[in-house]
Amino acid sequence: MSNPFTLQNKTILITGASSGIGRATAILCAEMGATLFITGRKESKLNETFTNLSGSGHQKLVLDFENEDAITRLVAAIDQLDGIVHSAGIVDNVPFQFIKQKALDKIFNLNLNVPLMITRDLIKKRKLHSKSSIVFLSSLVGVGKTYYGATSYSASKGAISSVIKVMALEMATKKIRVNSVCPGMVLTEMVDNLEAISSNQLKKDEKENYPLGYGTPEQVANAIVFLLSDASSWITGTNLVIDGGASIH
Amino acid sequence: MELAQFVKDFELQFEEVEPNSITPDTIFRDIDEWSSLMALVIIAMADENYNVKLTGDDIRNSKTVKDIFEKLKVK
Ligand SMILES: NC(=O)c1ccc[n+]([C@@H]2O[C@H](COP(=O)([O-])OP(=O)(O)OC[C@H]3O[C@@H](n4cnc5c(N)ncnc54)[C@H](OP(=O)(O)O)[C@@H]3O)[C@@H](O)[C@H]2O)c1
Repeated sequence: MSNPFTLQNKTILITGASSGIGRATAILCAEMGATLFITGRKESKLNETFTNLSGSGHQKLVLDFENEDAITRLVAAIDQLDGIVHSAGIVDNVPFQFIKQKALDKIFNLNLNVPLMITRDLIKKRKLHSKSSIVFLSSLVGVGKTYYGATSYSASKGAISSVIKVMALEMATKKIRVNSVCPGMVLTEMVDNLEAISSNQLKKDEKENYPLGYGTPEQVANAIVFLLSDASSWITGTNLVIDGGASIH
Repeated sequence: MELAQFVKDFELQFEEVEPNSITPDTIFRDIDEWSSLMALVIIAMADENYNVKLTGDDIRNSKTVKDIFEKLKVK
């Protein structure tokens, strides 16, 4: 019997593969048999992921998506794909009355515009096979659960959680599926960079709000692999919440 | 960078405190309006007015308004 959960014979693009959820997803996808094209901003970190990929035939490309030609270079370097995971992203933690236009533009560019433009160009250039699966990284804040200081981050993720539905609808004729995962708190570099939140506050938040505790990148990667595989062939336009029960309350 | 000005900027972030009631020695956690949101507000104010990035741990390890000012000064 064929295994619907395998990623064998699939080529998958993963952005943000140099760290956190993107890295864990890359490592697991390779273990599940996929051939990967991975990108990251910092070369040494991307190489570290690359050397940890099982199997062969993988490719990597260092790109800073703040550079104007990054998307063109990426799309040109790719041949054919069966899946995309958009894990590159940034966070911000500033109360609403202090938000700045420049910071807002930056977060919208990296979290929303870049993944949309990459996907658009790959589709236009017919580099996505029929039955491909596209997975965006939204967040719990993208589906209505939020916290202090999340204005710009939740605006960008809310946009993702909304646009995947339009894309799923329009792409159904090509049999391309579009979903997002919406993780709660996962301790990665992104959270380390949230300097305005003290380590004590995080401990308290975990204890009070997460029945199963905070998550790991690997736990999110498992759900992403499911959405990439044929096992989820009837799932499209869904925001899959993965949060250790945080949104039960 | 002046302590008196910082205390004023600090006080301005609150809605319900009497003008001039906050001093350098005020224990900020005792202010009724203090919350984790106010900690973010103070961090954002320090960034906007003083171009200094305080962390959540800077606030946590401070007791008085002056303690925060001292952390601001050395950054
Ligand atoms: N951690 C969480 O709690 C959590 C929760 C919900 C959703 N998410 C989402 O999950 C995704 C991955 O987050 P993470 O926690 O794994 O964060 P992370 O460890 O900080 O990884 C972020 C990735 O994005 C890349 N990146 C950032 N800016 C870039 C740029 N200008 N150009 C190219 N790449 C860039 C980073 O590259 P370098 O490392 O090479 O700089 C890194 O690979 C994000 O979209 C995030 O919003 C995270």
